[in-house]
Amino acid sequence: MKQFTRLFTELDATTSTNAKVEALQRYFAAATPADAAWAVYFLAGGKPRQVVNMALLAQLACEEAGIEAWLFDECYQAVGDLAETIAHVLPQAAETSDVGLAVWIEERLLPLRGLPPEAIAPRVRAWWRELDDMGRFLLTKLVGGGFRVGVSKLLVQRALAAHAGIDAKRVAQRMMGYTDGKVMPSAERFAALVAQVEEGATERADEGQPYPFFLAHQLDGTAEVFASRLGPVTDWQVEWKYDGIRGQVVKRGGRVWVWSRGEELVTERFPEIVALAQPLPDGTVLDGEIMVWTEEPEGPGRPAPFSLLQQRIGRKTLTKKILADAPVTFMAYDLIEQGGVDLRELPQRERRARLEALLTGTRLKLSPIETASSWLEFAQRRAQSRDLGVEGFMLKRLDAAYGTGRTKADGLWWKWKIDPMTVDCVLVYAQAGHGRRASVYTDYTFAVWNRRPLDKAEVDAVLEAIARKEPPQPGALQLVAFAKAYSGLTDEEFRQVDAIIRRTTIEKFGPVRSVRPSLVFELGFEGINRSTRHKSGIAVRFPRMLRIRHDKPLHEADTLAQLEVLLGAGR
Amino acid sequence: MKPGDLVVQRPEGLYCPPGDFYIDPWRPVARAVITHAHADHARMGNGHYLAAAPAEGVLRARLGEIDLQTLRYGEAIEHNGVRLSLHPAGHVLGSAQVRLEHGGRVWVASGDYKVAPDRTCDPFEPVRCDVFITESTFGLPIYRWTPDEQLFAQVNDWWSRNVIAGRASVLACYSFGKAQRILSGVDPTIGPIVVHGAVRPLNDAYRAAGVPLPETRMVTEISDKAELRRALVLCPPSAVASTWLRRFGETSTAFASGWMQLRGARRRGGYDRGFVLSDHADWPGLLGAIGSTGAQRVIVTHGSVPVMVRYLQEQGLEAEGFDTEYGDDVVEADQAPQEPQAATGEGG
Repeated sequence: MKQFTRLFTELDATTSTNAKVEALQRYFAAATPADAAWAVYFLAGGKPRQVVNMALLAQLACEEAGIEAWLFDECYQAVGDLAETIAHVLPQAAETSDVGLAVWIEERLLPLRGLPPEAIAPRVRAWWRELDDMGRFLLTKLVGGGFRVGVSKLLVQRALAAHAGIDAKRVAQRMMGYTDGKVMPSAERFAALVAQVEEGATERADEGQPYPFFLAHQLDGTAEVFASRLGPVTDWQVEWKYDGIRGQVVKRGGRVWVWSRGEELVTERFPEIVALAQPLPDGTVLDGEIMVWTEEPEGPGRPAPFSLLQQRIGRKTLTKKILADAPVTFMAYDLIEQGGVDLRELPQRERRARLEALLTGTRLKLSPIETASSWLEFAQRRAQSRDLGVEGFMLKRLDAAYGTGRTKADGLWWKWKIDPMTVDCVLVYAQAGHGRRASVYTDYTFAVWNRRPLDKAEVDAVLEAIARKEPPQPGALQLVAFAKAYSGLTDEEFRQVDAIIRRTTIEKFGPVRSVRPSLVFELGFEGINRSTRHKSGIAVRFPRMLRIRHDKPLHEADTLAQLEVLLGAGR
Repeated sequence: MKPGDLVVQRPEGLYCPPGDFYIDPWRPVARAVITHAHADHARMGNGHYLAAAPAEGVLRARLGEIDLQTLRYGEAIEHNGVRLSLHPAGHVLGSAQVRLEHGGRVWVASGDYKVAPDRTCDPFEPVRCDVFITESTFGLPIYRWTPDEQLFAQVNDWWSRNVIAGRASVLACYSFGKAQRILSGVDPTIGPIVVHGAVRPLNDAYRAAGVPLPETRMVTEISDKAELRRALVLCPPSAVASTWLRRFGETSTAFASGWMQLRGARRRGGYDRGFVLSDHADWPGLLGAIGSTGAQRVIVTHGSVPVMVRYLQEQGLEAEGFDTEYGDDVVEADQAPQEPQAATGEGG
């Protein structure tokens, strides 16, 4: 447990993904395979089942610490986490043991299941006595349920891959089903995760291997420029650009794998796609978009806002409700393997023809091809993008191969996105960035007025109140924060804004500073939705700073009502 | 408050009516007894100051030219019929408990104190009394400190690992007390130690008072960038958010404070590491200190006042609270002077 405790402490202490991967690698190098097997299980999201309820554990801790319930409650108020409160109030262990994680789980915790509370209590009490603070915290989380740690499955896979010197995608495949709780983690299972790859031998776990994604370049400019740059429209396959998650669906040997663009295996999160892809013949790989589709009784339906899909991302357990509220589908737009043969060298038009034939009769969606007689006409059609719930057009050369990554060597894809929505808003909070931007204030929170200010004098009065740290009166003119952004400015501009932030700081809350509002920014974003999680009631997607509006006085910044207008347009 | 109490609350601070003087007043008064030189306890503008002799250097470093009278620990004086002596509080260099004796009653005001050993100041001395005025900064059972040797092993380990990774180890801490305690505890063979301009005058005062500290340098005294990447850097928290830090290149940041005991505080702070290092007594320390005075009446100041009062009452003691203005602004007081300099990159 000591090694695992140290690992947890290190993971908990940092927000740097590199530091996390380093800590994981150190752990995998030092731990026994049996312990590492369980560590991977918990870190990758495997849930320990609650065997004792937290109220009983709290009561036990009070007895053990010799304190009254009211004092424990006071402590809990200060700590904010029951398991951590318990860990801190217990008297220091005289001597700590070093029993491995696997023994802890297999010989101690799992046998607790089904025991009556009076049989569990003395054991938990004895275990607390042999652990330090962090060890007790983890034990309490493990027996009380609610164990969480700040690493993603992807990060664990990256660390395992680096530890074993193999490809992370391979680890991802080997890890399929590792945390579903059907088979217990064991030294053998861990060894299989990190086993060296034998030349020529096909691993069963390799079956689901995806292809590297082919990525598009950003296209900017007017329709006139396009004609000279792209040539005739008839050389191109034009499709809508969807606002979902890019994904590959792999069907081989009777099984389906779903990969997201981050080369993360997401099969378990999207059971609908598995069902849709099951009838495909073996040796098929589709490229397309994972998205939520709103069905309409008449007509083809339309893409749902990205926020719905977002509700599905990160969910480990899919309830009936979430499956019904946000049903996911797969919009296929390319076929990169058929009959087990790699099709990437075939021209776009040939792959498209095969894709259309393949999908006939299945319930998978086929990304429709849009046609027009000129780029100008496409430009006009593109203006409808927001009404249709898409982000613009994708342009794919009909003679292009399916390339690797963002290359122009093998073929060419362009994304021709709609111009972002823009709002003029006011900088109200700032936070220092990370890495290269550490100790420079680069992460900003922006606000708009709750209503149109009458004049500059009214705005000045509000600014004075902010400087005096007075909370706004309900209903009175005030700035409402609605978005955070940290990109779009040059280093020099960041330096200027950083200096202004330091000069106009009102208060500091940890790493965040509130400032006396003085700067107006033009903020661009790709989408806008209602949100119950934001005070403004609005969430914007991909916000970025387009420019600093030194020319704009604060009272001319935009209002909530203007966001509402965009909200209407974004539907 | 009862008639005849030796210490009462007044808007200016804690007041001794028969002696006609204040203890750590937060508004200017004619006569002030100062328990220690932290900014929330030792303020500018008082007419006459009385403090423990070892506090003289740090007090003068912080308050400049003041009318200061000092007493050796244990040395007693009479003032308006009140017999007054100062006793080590173990908090920082020169920190003292104030013992007052008048009309056969003994009161002790603790100021801030800790009972754990500290190489940079005299250890806390339990003083028998009828009434004990105690601080309660960490007055909850969740606060239990790990022994210094374990703690400094953690700091040394973090620093060594950063040296290997080629990044500076920036440890934010109070300039006065905490910084010197860290200096006296870390292993100076790991790499060079750099201190911020706010820390240096206090180091000088400690050294002048005979407290051995390892060699420290200012950042301007190091020209080799590679040296900086091996360095342990001690600075006030404000410097971590300032441009001063940029010259070190890649860094790992940490904060040394008792508040780092809680995971939430560690995560909110935005530091890479939190070391649980406090100049105050933890829960067992507070209870042990209160018990060792033999006091039957306890008055609780700054911190977890209601909790401590209720707990002590349940233990059969007479307990009440005083409203003071200590403790809230320690961090601010420590960092405020650096802020304008840091903003222009001249933090030195």
